[in-house]
Amino acid sequence: MRMIPPEFIVKIDDTCIKCKRCVNECSFGALKFENDRVVADHEKCVACHRCTAFCPTYAIKVEKFPMSFKDNALWGQDILKGLWKQAESGAKILTGAGNDKPYPIFWDRMVLDACQVTNPSIDPLREPMELRTYIGKKPDKLEFWQDKKGDIKLTTVMEPQIKLETPIIFAGMSYGAVSLNVQLILAKAARELGTIMNTGEGGLPQELADYKDNIVVQCASGRFGVDLSYLNSCAAVEIKIGQGAKPGIGGHLPGEKVTEEISRTRRIPSGTDAISPAPHHDIYSIEDLRQLIYALKEATRYKKPIGVKIAAVHNVAAIASGVVRAGADILTIDGFRGGTGASPQVIRDHVGIPIELALARVDEQLRKEGIRHMASIIASGGIRQSADVLKAIALGADAVAIGTAALISMGCHLCQKCHTGLCAWGIATQKPELVKRLKVEEGVRRLVNMIKAWNLEIKEILGALGVNSIESLRGSRERLRGVDLDEVYLDVLGIKPAGR
Amino acid sequence: MFKRHESKDISGCAVVGIMNEKGKTMRGDVITNAIAVMHERSNGLGGGFAAYGIYPEFKDYYAFHIMFEDEGVKDEVETFLQDNMVLVKSEAIPVRKKMSLMNTPILWRYFLEVPKSKIPSGFSEEDFVVSVVMRINIRFNGAFVFSSGKNMGIFKGLGYPEDVSRFFRLEEYEGYLWTAHGRFPTNTPGWWGGAHPFGLLDWAVVHNGEISSYGINKRYLEMFGYECTLMTDTEVIVYMLDLLLRKHNLPQDIALTALAPPFWKEIDEMDKNKKEAMTALRMVYGSALLNGPFSIIISSSNSMIGMTDRIMLRPMVVARKQDTVYMSSEESAIREVCQDPDEVWSPQGGEPVYARLEEKA
Ligand code: SF4
Ligand code: SF4
Repeated sequence: MRMIPPEFIVKIDDTCIKCKRCVNECSFGALKFENDRVVADHEKCVACHRCTAFCPTYAIKVEKFPMSFKDNALWGQDILKGLWKQAESGAKILTGAGNDKPYPIFWDRMVLDACQVTNPSIDPLREPMELRTYIGKKPDKLEFWQDKKGDIKLTTVMEPQIKLETPIIFAGMSYGAVSLNVQLILAKAARELGTIMNTGEGGLPQELADYKDNIVVQCASGRFGVDLSYLNSCAAVEIKIGQGAKPGIGGHLPGEKVTEEISRTRRIPSGTDAISPAPHHDIYSIEDLRQLIYALKEATRYKKPIGVKIAAVHNVAAIASGVVRAGADILTIDGFRGGTGASPQVIRDHVGIPIELALARVDEQLRKEGIRHMASIIASGGIRQSADVLKAIALGADAVAIGTAALISMGCHLCQKCHTGLCAWGIATQKPELVKRLKVEEGVRRLVNMIKAWNLEIKEILGALGVNSIESLRGSRERLRGVDLDEVYLDVLGIKPAGR
Repeated sequence: MFKRHESKDISGCAVVGIMNEKGKTMRGDVITNAIAVMHERSNGLGGGFAAYGIYPEFKDYYAFHIMFEDEGVKDEVETFLQDNMVLVKSEAIPVRKKMSLMNTPILWRYFLEVPKSKIPSGFSEEDFVVSVVMRINIRFNGAFVFSSGKNMGIFKGLGYPEDVSRFFRLEEYEGYLWTAHGRFPTNTPGWWGGAHPFGLLDWAVVHNGEISSYGINKRYLEMFGYECTLMTDTEVIVYMLDLLLRKHNLPQDIALTALAPPFWKEIDEMDKNKKEAMTALRMVYGSALLNGPFSIIISSSNSMIGMTDRIMLRPMVVARKQDTVYMSSEESAIREVCQDPDEVWSPQGGEPVYARLEEKA
C-alpha cells in the first residue's frame, strides 16, 4: 500500500527519440531506461525540470499528480502528506530553499511614485543615474579644515567602508550548502559588478582567495575556518547570529557531505558532522556580542567593517538597536522568506517575520534613537526582483542581499530539495559529477546579466521618480504607498495608503 | 479657515533677489516691479518678500512677524512669548486696510530679547530662539511665525506678489537685500503661512521647484529634532541650512555642496584631498541632497546665495551692476529694474553664486 501519493507525474510521449539524456540528467533517480524506453518512478520526481531542459523533442513533461482530495480548508494536502511522512519516519521534516507558504507578500502591496508635470522625470539614458553606495559606520556629522587659500580638507577620520556600485549584494551561502562553483560564480560576478559576496559560515575555499576585496567572510557559531588569515582575506567580517529561514537554531552538515575539500575549508576532519550550535557559545547577551565585535575589529586592525546578521523576529527593532550600539558597522536583517540549504520545515515555515515589516521597524527605531548613521542596514530574505530592491531602499535599507534570486539566475528551479545534496543543477550539491554541470563562466555571465538588468530597471524607476541618485530614495517612504493594507500595517511600514 | 497642508505642497514659482553689497538701501517697490514682470509664473495664490535692513532702530532685537487666526490664539502666544523672552515692542504690521486679500489673518510684529537666564545650558541663544519658534508653530493652532531674525522681516500672503507688496505697504520700507516669491500652487490650501519666503532666524529662502527627495530630507531632519509641519520644500531647505550651517558648523561652501553635490564620476577625477572630502560628504550627507528641480535664493543678513539643482532643471539668471547683484528666474525681471547690467550670466547646475555684504570698516 502507498499512503502518500506522488507529488508529480512524469509523462513521456511518443515523440521520444530514446536519446536517454533525461535519464542521465536526473540526479534524483526518477528515470530509468528499461525495455527500450524511458520509465519514470513518479515518486522520486521533484520537478527540478532538468530532464525537460535537455529533452530535444519536448517529449518529457512533469505535471502535478492529478489527485483530488475532498476540499478542506483546514486540512490542506501539504498537512496530510506531512503527517503521513512523519507517521512513517518518526522524524522532523527537513526541507531546503525558502518558506513557500501563502503569507502576505508586502512588497506586492506597496507601489512606487512617479513624477507628472510639477516636477520632471529624468531620462536615465541622457542623465547620470547614480547607484553607488557605501556600506559601513558613518559619523553623524563632518568636520573640515580650511587653509588660507580656501582649500578644504576633511579632518573627520572615517571608519572603513565598502564601496558598492549597485545596492545589491550576494547573501551568505556556505561552501557545503552550495557547491564551489556557485561560490566562484558569486565571487567573479561580484568583482565584475563592483559588489560583494558572502562566504556563509563554511570558511573560505582557497580558490576564492583572489577575490578577497569582494568577499565578506562569516564568523558563525561553528567558527568554521576562522583564523587570522581568514579574517584578513576579505572586505568585511560578518558575525552570523541568525538566519531568516531558521531563526534560533543551528546547522548540521552531515558527515557524508564533509568531503576532503570541505574539511579543509571548514578546518574539521573529513567525514565528521559539521555542527553549528544554535547560539554562539560565547554570546549569551549583548555585552558578549560587543566583545566579539571588538575582538574582530582588533584582529582586523580596525581596517574592516564588522557586520552582524540577525533573523527578523518579533522584537527585531530593539535587538537591532542593541546590535548597533554594540558596535556593528553593518546590520543584516534576514526575513522569514530567506533561503536555506537545509532546515526543519516547521521552523522555516512558522518562525520569524516578513522582512518588509522588520526593515521598516528597524530603520524607524534607529532613526528615533538618532543612531541610524552608526550602521548600514542590509535587508534580505525574499528579495525577488528590482522592484523589491527599490521598495526596500525606500523603506530605509542601504542595500539588499539576494541569495535565492542569484541561484535562480544560475539555473535553480526551486524544487526545494537542497537538503538532499542531489541538486540536478549543480548548485546545492557536492557530487563532482553534478557540480561540474554548473559551468562557472556561463553562471557568471547569467548572474551579471541579471544584476545589470536590475540596475537598468532601478535607474529607470529613479528617473521616473525624478531623482538621479539612490540616496535620494533611501528611506524616502513618501514615495511609497500601500494598497490593500489596513491601518496597522500602514503604520508599521510607515507609509500612506494609495490615494492619499 | 487657515488650514495647514495635509499632503505635500506642490507648486511652480518665480523668484527674485536683489542685494547691494555695500549695504545701500533701496525701497520695496524696486523688487516689486521686478517680480511683477513674472506675473505669469504665479497664479495669485501666494506672494511674499524678505527684506533685510528694514528695522535699523531695533537691529539688536529678534523681530518676529507672526500671523494669528484670531485674537484668542494671539493672546495665548503673547503670554507664551512673555514667559520666554523679553518683549521690547509689539505692534500691528501696517497694511492697506482697504485692500481685501483672501483669508487675511491678524498680522503682528514683536521685537524681542532673550534673557540669558532662560537659555538652558548647552544651548546657544539661537538654539533657544529656534525652539521658541518651533513651539509656537506646533503648539498654537492658528498661529504661525513668518520670520524671526534681527533687522529683517518676511511679508507674505495670498495674492499676486505685487498685490501682497501693496497690501504690506512695502514701498515704505528701505532694505539693502530683498528677495521675492510668486507662487503657482497646484493644490490650494489658502493659508497665509504656506506662502513663501520661509524663514528661520535671519535665514530666508525663496524657492522654485519641487524636491523629489522631500521624503528623506524630512526624515533626516526629524532625526535632529526638526519638525516639518508645513509640507513644503522651502521649509525643508531652511531647516537643512540651519542644521548644516549652524548646528553642524560646516563651512558655507561645503554646506551648499551637500545640497547639490558633484556626481561620483566628477568626484573620482578630483585630487586626493578634494576627493576624500567630497566622498565623505556624499556618504554622510546623502540624505541632505536636494534631488529634483529647484532654483533657490538663500538670504541672510550678510549674504545672498543663488543656486540650482545639479542638472539645472529650473532656471536662474544672475546679473551685476556695480555693487548690486540681481538673481532671478527670468532675465526680464532683472532688465525691468536694471536696464544695462555690467554682466549677466547663468550659473552652472549645482554651483552657488554669492553676493556678500562688505564688512563695514
Ligand atoms: S530526453 Fe526526451 S527524447 Fe531523450 S530519452 Fe528523455 S524523453 Fe526521450
Ligand atoms: S538549489 Fe538545486 S536543489 Fe535547491 S531548490 Fe534549487 S534546483 Fe532545487
